Parts: sequence; C-alpha cells; structure tokens
Amino acid sequence: MSTVKLTVNGKSVSADVEDRTLLVQLLRDHLNLTGTHVGCDTSQCGACVVHIDGRAVKSCTVLVGQANGANVTTIEGIAKGDELHPMQAAFRDNHGLQCGYCTPGMIMSAIDIVHRHGGKLDEATVRHELEGNICRCTGYHNIVKSVLDAAGRMKVAQAAE
Amino acid sequence: MGVEGIGASVVRKEDRRFITGKGRYVDDIKLQGMTFAHFIRSPHAHAKVKSIDSSAAMKMPGVVGVLTGQQIIDDKVGNLICGWAITSKDGAPMKMGAWPAMAPETVRFVGQAVAVVIAETKNQAKDAAEAVVVNYEELPAAADIRAAIKPGAPQLHPEAPGNVIYDWAIGDEAAVKDAFSKAANVVSLELTNNRLVPNAMEPRAAIAEYNEAEEHFTLYTTSQNPHVARLVLSAFYNIAPEHKLRVIAPDVGGGFGSKIYIYPEEMVALWASKKVGRPVKWTGDRSEAFLTDAHGRDHITKAEMAFDKDNRILGLRVKTHANLGAYMSLFSSAVPTYLYATLLSGQYNIPAIHAEVITVYTNTVPVDAYRGAGRPEASFLVERLMETAARQLKVDPAELRRNNFITQFPHQTPVIMAYDIGDFGASLDVALKAIDYAGFPARKAKAKSEGKLRGIGFSCYIEACGIAPSKAVGSLGAGVGLWESAEVRVNPVGTIEVLTGSHSHGQGHETTFAQLISERLGVPISQVQIVHGDTDKVQFGMGTYGSRSLAVGGTAIIKAMEKVEAKGKKIAAHLLEASEGDIVIENGEFKVTGTDKSIALPMVALAAYTAHNLPDGMEPGLKETAFYDPTNFTFPAGAYICELEVDSSTGKTSFVNFVAADDFGRLINPMIVEGQVHGGLAQGIGQALLEGAVYDSSGQLVTASFMDYTMPRADDLPSFKLNHTPTLCPGNPLGVKGCGEAGAIGASAAVINAITDAIGNNKLEMPATPDRVWHAIHGNAA
Repeated sequence: MSTVKLTVNGKSVSADVEDRTLLVQLLRDHLNLTGTHVGCDTSQCGACVVHIDGRAVKSCTVLVGQANGANVTTIEGIAKGDELHPMQAAFRDNHGLQCGYCTPGMIMSAIDIVHRHGGKLDEATVRHELEGNICRCTGYHNIVKSVLDAAGRMKVAQAAE
Repeated sequence: MGVEGIGASVVRKEDRRFITGKGRYVDDIKLQGMTFAHFIRSPHAHAKVKSIDSSAAMKMPGVVGVLTGQQIIDDKVGNLICGWAITSKDGAPMKMGAWPAMAPETVRFVGQAVAVVIAETKNQAKDAAEAVVVNYEELPAAADIRAAIKPGAPQLHPEAPGNVIYDWAIGDEAAVKDAFSKAANVVSLELTNNRLVPNAMEPRAAIAEYNEAEEHFTLYTTSQNPHVARLVLSAFYNIAPEHKLRVIAPDVGGGFGSKIYIYPEEMVALWASKKVGRPVKWTGDRSEAFLTDAHGRDHITKAEMAFDKDNRILGLRVKTHANLGAYMSLFSSAVPTYLYATLLSGQYNIPAIHAEVITVYTNTVPVDAYRGAGRPEASFLVERLMETAARQLKVDPAELRRNNFITQFPHQTPVIMAYDIGDFGASLDVALKAIDYAGFPARKAKAKSEGKLRGIGFSCYIEACGIAPSKAVGSLGAGVGLWESAEVRVNPVGTIEVLTGSHSHGQGHETTFAQLISERLGVPISQVQIVHGDTDKVQFGMGTYGSRSLAVGGTAIIKAMEKVEAKGKKIAAHLLEASEGDIVIENGEFKVTGTDKSIALPMVALAAYTAHNLPDGMEPGLKETAFYDPTNFTFPAGAYICELEVDSSTGKTSFVNFVAADDFGRLINPMIVEGQVHGGLAQGIGQALLEGAVYDSSGQLVTASFMDYTMPRADDLPSFKLNHTPTLCPGNPLGVKGCGEAGAIGASAAVINAITDAIGNNKLEMPATPDRVWHAIHGNAA
C-alpha cells in the first residue's frame, strides 16, 4: 500500500492504495468519478482518457504512483458550473454521441487535439488524431463534425479571454 | 410540426448526462457490502472437466467463495435455452444441446466458464482465480463449419449427430427447378459472410442483490430488453418467480444485438448473490467480451440466379451453412432462417425462390443476432449476385436492378414477406445523382491515368423491421410475442411521464419519444420524461432490437396517448361546458374550436386528480396504457453507392465517395436517424474491409482483442452523404419504418462490389484487407 497525493479537478486528493492500482481505478472506485470509462484491456479504445498536467492520457495505462503529484482533469472537471466546455457543447449540438460510453474519452482526447493543433484542424487531421479512440455507434461522422465545430468555438473563446 | 415535434432535429435530452460524465452504467453502481465475481474460463475449445481444486484459492485474501458448475446444477438452476423453435425439412425439431451456466463436465468453447471466484475486491477475485486448479482432458475440436460437417468430425452434442442443428428449407423447390430449366443465363456465386464480434463499447456487466427477508432479487444488467431477461430468468432458469425478481437496465453503452440475450454471467451473479448472502458484481473486460459475447454472421453460401433473355430474374436457389457456435443462444435459430431467407427476394420481382439452411455446432462461442441479423447476409448475397450478373450479362448494374425492381405494392414474395410499400427506383435515382454516376467513366479514366484503380459499387437493400405480428411469429416458432407496451402518465401539475417497454442504449428514445408527445399536445419536450429499463416501473416490454422501437414502441405510445387525449377532452368539455366533439388540443391547451374558450393541460390534469368536478361516473386520474401488436413488418429500403480507389501496389482501398438514399418512412428526428445510419454504415464497411473473427483450427480465438480484431477507426471511414426518399409506412399511424440497421445491412455489398469493379476480379472475400485485395489483383502465385 502507498499513499498518493494528487490534484483531481482542482481538488487535492490523498488516498491509500495498492501499488498496482491504476489511475482509472482510483478515479472510478475511490473518488466515484465514474465518467471515465473502461472499454478495453489493451489501451486501444480511449474510453478512459483524462488529462494529466494538461495532456490527454489513457488512465487505464497509468499507475496511480506515476500520477503522484500530478494535476488530473476528468470529464467531470471541464465544465464551468452550468456552462459546458465548448467541446461538450459541440458534441451535443452535432449529435456526436449515441450510447455515451466512449464520449468522455472522446471529448478529453478532442480537447487535447484542438490544443495541440490550434485553429489549423481539418477533417483528415481530426480523423488521424482520433486513432486512439474507438466509437461503435456514430461511425465517427458526427464526432469529426463536433471536433471541427469545437475548434472554432475554442478559438473564439480564447480570443475573448 | 411544432418546433420540437415530428420532423424536428432537436438536440438530445439525454446528452447532458453523457457529456458531463454523469451517465449511470452498470459498472458505475455500488451497493453496500458488494462483492466481486471473476470467472474461471476454459482455455480449451473442447475438453472434459476432470477436477476443480479450489482449496488454495479459498485461503487467499478476501475470498468469499469459489462456486462451480456442479453446484449450479445441484441447485437446479436451468440450462440456457434457445427461444425460437425451428423444424427441419424432414419434420424433426431442432437439436438443442444442453448449456449449463457453468460447465460441470464438458467445455465446448474457449472462454466457457467452469467456476467463479467471489471476493471482497475485483483484484482479490482475479488473484484467487489464478490459484484454482482445473484439470482438463482435451478433446478434438471442430472450429468452423467445414470442420464440423466433415465425416468423422468431433461431435459436440449427443443430441445432434453430425453437428447438424437443423436442415431447414423455404420456398418452392419445383418452381425453382422449372425456372432454371427455362433460363437464358444462370449466374452463380459462392461466398462467405464473415464472422463478426459486436463489440459494444461498454462491456457486459451485472450486479445481483438478494434480499433474504423478502426472498427477492434485484439484477442490474447491460440488457436491451430487461423484461425479456426477467421472463427467461424466471420461467426457464428457475432463478426466482417474476414478482420476486426486478431487472434494471440503466444506461447501456451500446448493444447491437449482443445485449439481447441472457448470458451465463448474470445467471451466476443472481444465484451466487443468494449463495454468499452479499451483492455480487461482475464486469466483463474486453477479452471476456470477445470470448463470450454472442458473435454475428458466419455463413457459407452457394447461390444461383436464373435470368431470361431480357435479363429478368426467373428464379433464385440458395444453400447456406450457418455456424451457431457451441450452443444455441436465445434467438440464434431464427437468424439464418426467418430473418435471412425471407429477405432473399431483395428489391426484385423473383417468381421462384428456394433456400436451404443447415446450421451446425462448432467449438466456438455461440452466434446470434448482430446488427441486421440475417438481413445483412441476405442483402449481401442478393446484391453480390446482381452485381455479378450485371458483369456476366454485360449490362449496367443500375439498369439491371431497375429492370427487376418491384414496382407494385403490396407485393407478396415467394418467401413469406409481403412488402407493403416502397419506391426503389426513387432511391436509386437519388443515389445515382448524388454520386454523379454519369461522370464516373471520366473519373475512372482520370484515376487510371494516375495509376489508380477506381471502382463503383451498388447495393439496393431491403430489410424487414419491427418483426410482427405476434400471431404470425408464434406460428413460425417464436417463443414470445413481439408487441410493445406503453403507459402515458399526465401528472397533476401537467408534466408527463411516458413508460415504454423499449430500451434505449444509444438510440435517443428519451428525445424521439418525447417529440411524439410534443407533437400531440404542443408541450415542450422538457416537460416530458421517458422512463425505461426497469421492470418495477414499466409494466412490460419486449425491448429494443430489430429496428422496432419507433414502429412498435412508438406506436404503443401513440395508442396510449389517444386514450389520454380522449379522457382529457371529456374533462375539458365538462369544465368548459362545451361539447366533447368541439374540443381540440393545441399548444398545451384544450380549446373549444371556433371560440376563445380554452383550458390549459395542467388544469385538466389537476381536475383529473382532485376529482372535485369530473363528469358523472368518470374515474379520477389521467394515465393510460396500451399494448400494440403490429399487423406486419415494416420494410425500410434504399440504395447505397460506393466509389473508391485501390492502390494496386499495396492493395489498400481508399474511399472517394459513399452516398445513401434511404426510405425509412416518416422521420421523427432526422438528426438522430442520420446518426443511426452513420453508425450502421460504419459497421457494414467494417465487415467489408476490416473485421473478422478468426478461430484457429484448434478453436483458439486469435482475434480476441482490439490489437488483433480491426475495429473501424475514424481514419478508416469516409464522411457519408445521406439522402432520404420516404414512402410512408401504411402499417402504423406514424408512417415510420426503422433506421437502426439499414447501414449495416446495405453497406458491405456496395464496398465489395466497388472493389471488385475496380480490380476486375469478382472473387474477393470479406474482410477485403489490403493483403486479400493485393492477391486478388496479382494472383496467389505472386
């Protein structure tokens, strides 16, 4: 057992966990942040993507110890109160989700994609960048549309700040 | 149409919880005192279980119990069943082998459970499972259809000599023989419909809780049809009588058919929860999903089509072998028979059809309905035959199809189905225009000059949705009725709850069904709550599969609404001192037509519940239920055209364009409908290019993870161009058909027809991987 301390969605968290505990297990089982999902056991599907220090990471592949001291953001931590993150709003407005299971990971990956590419995203780049996230419902058509829409919204939001 | 009524692409009501991480899936639920189950699964495809030693495991930290297959038999838990009886052509009933929830003596596929460890944590259960010693005596395995039907093949079940489950036929064999004797041309084709793994993104999961004082079970499970689960668990598996078993299917992360069935794991969780006196949770991981979720498709087919001198179809002869795996899953028998062979007429006038279907046991996980379920196999066969015929007869593939389209409705096919309405020519015309078919030769020539092989492929599919009516399916062997029920409750303050037996696991029912209410009453959808997925709340229901929810479940809602409206009008007429016949409902008000007198819905509802001033003899309350049994299937149809390029040096396929023109009848929420089509197309294209479950000859599943089984990713797919050519379904008051499976049914033939057109070789199996395509171009010798 080890004690880990990290920041999750802006709150300091301390937990005593088995050394083999994965970050996704800490989030789901210990912190009740069940928005982060597990869809596979080979780091392929991306349903578990969260941000560690601002970068998209598959939380099923990170030991809690590796995240010790880190700043973790999950799907529960990106809206500002009632105001959705532009990526969340874009997914809703473009019907970028159906069953919702892959959606949190998709949104967290997509935010990172927009951050890394700035406003210079096109369809081919979005499709390429989403290769670590699997969706079985949407055929990706509306997910791609959502990400491109959100890229525009995030640019506007950034300009306004 | 109101702003939120029929035809409005309103954003989904359910989305906020999903995009904020507040969905509630089974694995998100925690119960007080919950334990965790981990199954011990056979590593062999076929073996005798000689012994199970759990003594070391029982001493491991946190272990609550280790339970085995023999114990579940001793406790008289029933074997799993197949609920659709199929009769062989010689009159013999299908041969159903015994399938206990955990194998006491013989395992018949890799991944079949033999024991379960229950522990305080999931990791402790997994650790202890490593310490359980199971001795097996390996037996020879039959891992595919050909191996199973060979003389001397390993026998799976004593009930099924030669591993044959049934040998079934449909149609008029003599009429087909006669048609072929008159044929000017005969086109023949042999093909494989590749085996697929459904892979809903949420793995299956179950939590079972037993209340000893009440002798009552609660099961949270990833189900597309919780009431059917309760019925089967009660009536056949002897878990508990229905009134002592509550089944809850909360948010469910996709199904595609794989979550229709009752699986061993939820049976064991229920049984074990009583055994250990604690709630038991099981959450499958992806490897378990690959090994234990019912797979789809897996046919080998030979077919011949006879044409007259004018290229009109005279007859169709089909012989299909279908793999049902090691045991008969819940609806497995119906898929390659009544959901497959009845669609072999496609969109065409075919005077005579005969199909023989032989299903076999193999040492693989059971096969059952997966998105489309039999109809993709039928559509793929018919559309591959039409394309092959066009090439052989040297006619334009679009014109050959048009020349044979059914144009008069209703149309009785020779294989049971009576198509009610459609306009196949309209869909084809729109698709041809959308892809600029006239410009294709020039584009092909240009591609050729650039060293690329360009092809175009058609698929004019038809499907049958909302399987019904109950009396008819009962006569064909179904063990259940296929109606739907609904309850509409107008609360005293005028808000509305709709309880439906349909289950949403991505389809957006909470929005679409609310739009139906909004359309009728003129109230905003925010005032309407759709309740589903809980047998304690919803009176009964048959669930969601076969694109049935709107046509059957939606109509049940309309039927209940009609009763609510009729009662509401009586109350309004009484309160407004007007004639009931003069009351109309608009914008949430009951109005006396031609006057300015009106009363708002909440006031009518309040009057119904206070009951201070109701018409004489009227019961208080404003809540009505309806059961709806359709008179026929619905028949969505459409035309898909795929244009693509093949790189002859690598065999890699790249999409140029994919257009669809679908007839789903009336669209309630076009945005949601198009989302359903996108997803279906992705699965159809996945089957054509990427996906295939592969067992090796010893019965090991070698494609058992996302590393090995190629799921379509964003980069593998094009953007889709969708068009709608609706004809309103006459069979239900909404005029709707069903859109959930169309893409998966129609897409694969369009893709394979396009690739074979591009490379000039008609022989190409799915998935058409670059390796296969390269060999089809260059020959196997290269």
